[in-house]
Amino acid sequence: MKFALFIGCNIPARVPHFERAARVVLAELQVDLVDVRRFNCCGYPLRNIDMQTALLFAARNLALAEAEGVDLLTLCQCCYGTLKKAAHQLANDAAAKAEANRFLARRGLAYEGKSEVKHLLSLLHKDIGTAAIKERVKAPFKNLKIAAHYGCHVLRPSDVMQFDDPVAPRVLDDLVALTGAKSVDWSQKLECCGAPLMGVNDALSKKLTAGKLADAKAAGADYLSVACPWCQIQFDTVQQQMEREGLSDVDLPSILYPQLLGLAMGLSEKALGLAENKKEIRGVNAFIAQ
Amino acid sequence: MFFTVALYTSLAIFAIGMLYKITTWFTRKVGFRGRQFTAWQRFSAFLRGLVGVLFSAKLFALIRALILDVLLHARIFKEDRLRWSMHMLIFSGFMMLFFMHAMEKHITMNLFPHYYSTLNPFLFLRNLFGLMVIVGVGIAIYRRFIIKVPRLMSGFMDKTTIVIVGVIILSGFLLEGAKMSSHTEFTYMVEDYAAIWDDEELEALESYWVQKFGTVSPTLKRPFAPEVLEMGYESHLANCADCHSPNKTAFVSYATAKAIAPVALFLDRVNAVGILWYVHILACFIGLAYLPFSKMLHMFSSTLTLLANAVMDPEHSLPANIATRQVLELDACTRCGTCNLRCSVSVAFEAKGNRLVLPAQKLAFLREYVRGGGLSREDLRAVHEGFYLCTNCDRCTVVCPAGINLRELWLSVREPLLATEGPTFHTLSPFSLFRGLNRHRLPAEGYERPVNEALETMAAKFPLVRDTAAEIAVSPIDTAFKAGTGNAADRTDTFVNCFACENCTTVCPVVQAFDDPQAAVGLLPHQIMRSLGLGLKDLALGAPMLWNCLTCYQCQEHCPQGVKVTDVLYELKNQAVREASCVNNNDGLRVNE
Repeated sequence: MKFALFIGCNIPARVPHFERAARVVLAELQVDLVDVRRFNCCGYPLRNIDMQTALLFAARNLALAEAEGVDLLTLCQCCYGTLKKAAHQLANDAAAKAEANRFLARRGLAYEGKSEVKHLLSLLHKDIGTAAIKERVKAPFKNLKIAAHYGCHVLRPSDVMQFDDPVAPRVLDDLVALTGAKSVDWSQKLECCGAPLMGVNDALSKKLTAGKLADAKAAGADYLSVACPWCQIQFDTVQQQMEREGLSDVDLPSILYPQLLGLAMGLSEKALGLAENKKEIRGVNAFIAQ
Repeated sequence: MFFTVALYTSLAIFAIGMLYKITTWFTRKVGFRGRQFTAWQRFSAFLRGLVGVLFSAKLFALIRALILDVLLHARIFKEDRLRWSMHMLIFSGFMMLFFMHAMEKHITMNLFPHYYSTLNPFLFLRNLFGLMVIVGVGIAIYRRFIIKVPRLMSGFMDKTTIVIVGVIILSGFLLEGAKMSSHTEFTYMVEDYAAIWDDEELEALESYWVQKFGTVSPTLKRPFAPEVLEMGYESHLANCADCHSPNKTAFVSYATAKAIAPVALFLDRVNAVGILWYVHILACFIGLAYLPFSKMLHMFSSTLTLLANAVMDPEHSLPANIATRQVLELDACTRCGTCNLRCSVSVAFEAKGNRLVLPAQKLAFLREYVRGGGLSREDLRAVHEGFYLCTNCDRCTVVCPAGINLRELWLSVREPLLATEGPTFHTLSPFSLFRGLNRHRLPAEGYERPVNEALETMAAKFPLVRDTAAEIAVSPIDTAFKAGTGNAADRTDTFVNCFACENCTTVCPVVQAFDDPQAAVGLLPHQIMRSLGLGLKDLALGAPMLWNCLTCYQCQEHCPQGVKVTDVLYELKNQAVREASCVNNNDGLRVNE
């Protein structure tokens, strides 16, 4: 299996250990990754202001993956949502596609729609498969309770995203379960992390985050687990800021899913960048069955 | 006399220019950090920081950066091998010429007591180094004007640099070639260095030089008899060879001499050697005098930036030193375009043409701006957009060959630029994440102003939501609105299917977060859909709900009628920005498109 890894903008700057953890896990699972340096922003942050230009951002990335002859793999829900939505629009809106191709042609690119957009979670769950991954689990967790947080933009709008059942998704729960951890039920599981409003309406953004943290904690979770840099920033960096500001005291750290899986596969704490999380997560080692 | 006057004049201009530049590094203010310190505070912080580095383990980091980044250009090597070759050729060739040739009296003669500029290896090396520079300049021209590296923009300074360096080296080769072919030069040398009293021997020596050294004689023409050449060779050995290596080893100049041989006698008559000497010397002195004000300043400013950033970090360095470094960094940019090439949002420039989206163009703007260059009202929108339409992905910082910490620079300059007149609608988008995350590092006063100003501008443009008492006249009903919305894929015109079941509002996490959501967000999601159904576009466009939407798509997912609620909100946000941008046009601001 070969993919062009699309790391987007937040991961290299603010969650670089997410990329590293994903790479070591995918290498273990024999997934080949191509790096396309010319990839640009997916277009997500621009959609509020100018969707037409945002579509060109996405189209250029899709065309670059297409030129490489591979599918595009993202680690970010918002990149996934934006690229997937763009592919949907380009497939169903001939005028938009023609305009995008006029733009791309200036730099020798073209969009046909040959490359698919995939998220890390669906690659693991569907393409590699939970059974195959489970065989690689050498150090399963025991008595570890995880609150799985999906992230909005992989799930919804479900007709475009085609990721999982938007009301009762299983993908991340299954992936958590195969590590030996228990995926707890929590009512706010499918809600937004609050990150899209960070910097726009900080109070509201943090309020939503606080609500989610409290709900997951009440459900008995030891850790959150996410697979999106925006959500991770919110639950890690912003949670830590909220603690300093006295806005949260539930102390529920978030572990990136490839970190969780990597540990269960017996990969080293260092390779998975556990120490680079803002909030301490190395306590999760104590849950590995001896 | 001319030489001395020109040398000291250009040296004086160079020295004054450098002093001026260094002064500006301490006096000019960039970003919010620059405003916090006086020049004197910054200078004393610099001295403290310098002493702290020189007497600590950081010295090793400094030496490492000096070798890897400054001398070997490791950062350029990682980015682009062709560019590395180009810069290495120009840099090493020019430096060697400077030390060996230009400074021959002060350096080469002291190192080599038997030095003569006409002896090898110097004769050969001068040509080699000169050729290296010419090849490097050739690659520069090829990259900028032939393959046209994307988003590499060539300004006045880039062109003048190429011209000055090119003229210095080419005039040098021409000068040496003209000297080789000049009969007058030959005669001078014979008079000065040779002890020949015999006309026959003199003629033989001249014949030998015509044959072997490229001299063009007005009287003697090839072919020569072997015994004449033999005699000339003997005389050459006795009179010349000790101080003059074969001209052929100066391969470029010799080829030049051969090329100009047909017109050599004419050139000699018009004293081309003298003219070319003036051209060569003047080009060097103009380059020297212009250096502090030109792109070539980067040999100092980029070096200092690379060294400074090797030992500084935002957490521990003195803020006053960061303020100073950020002014220096503006001079360190060589407009090489690497950041532009790697910029995550450069598509916005290519689609819309706002140059200020690109990092190197932002730096160019800042250089003018901190110098006190005005900010025309037309520029304001471009500035606001350019400095905010940035994902802070750090790519520019990672790739900058001059080691400029652009990440910190953007953080610092964004604040005062946001405070300039006019709203920045991009603050109402996830581009704000970075600013939100770094709130604790920004001045507390004014943090909320940019978002509030954008919201206020929206509220003023679309006042219907706020004014709940106002009767809504029939006239604002916009029956054409539906036709203008959506596209074949998004179907945002589905708002007409809304029957106000309120599912969207019920599942909205933003609505749930408020005790009195209507007061907070103006219109609830279902009310926005119904407003559109009624043709009350201006009512919907004014709803603060738009700017508090998380885009989590819960509403859209749960609509039993298939209304693309979130996508409709996106559509409205785009429209509101477009229309609010137009209203500013009446105040003299540039329109969005």
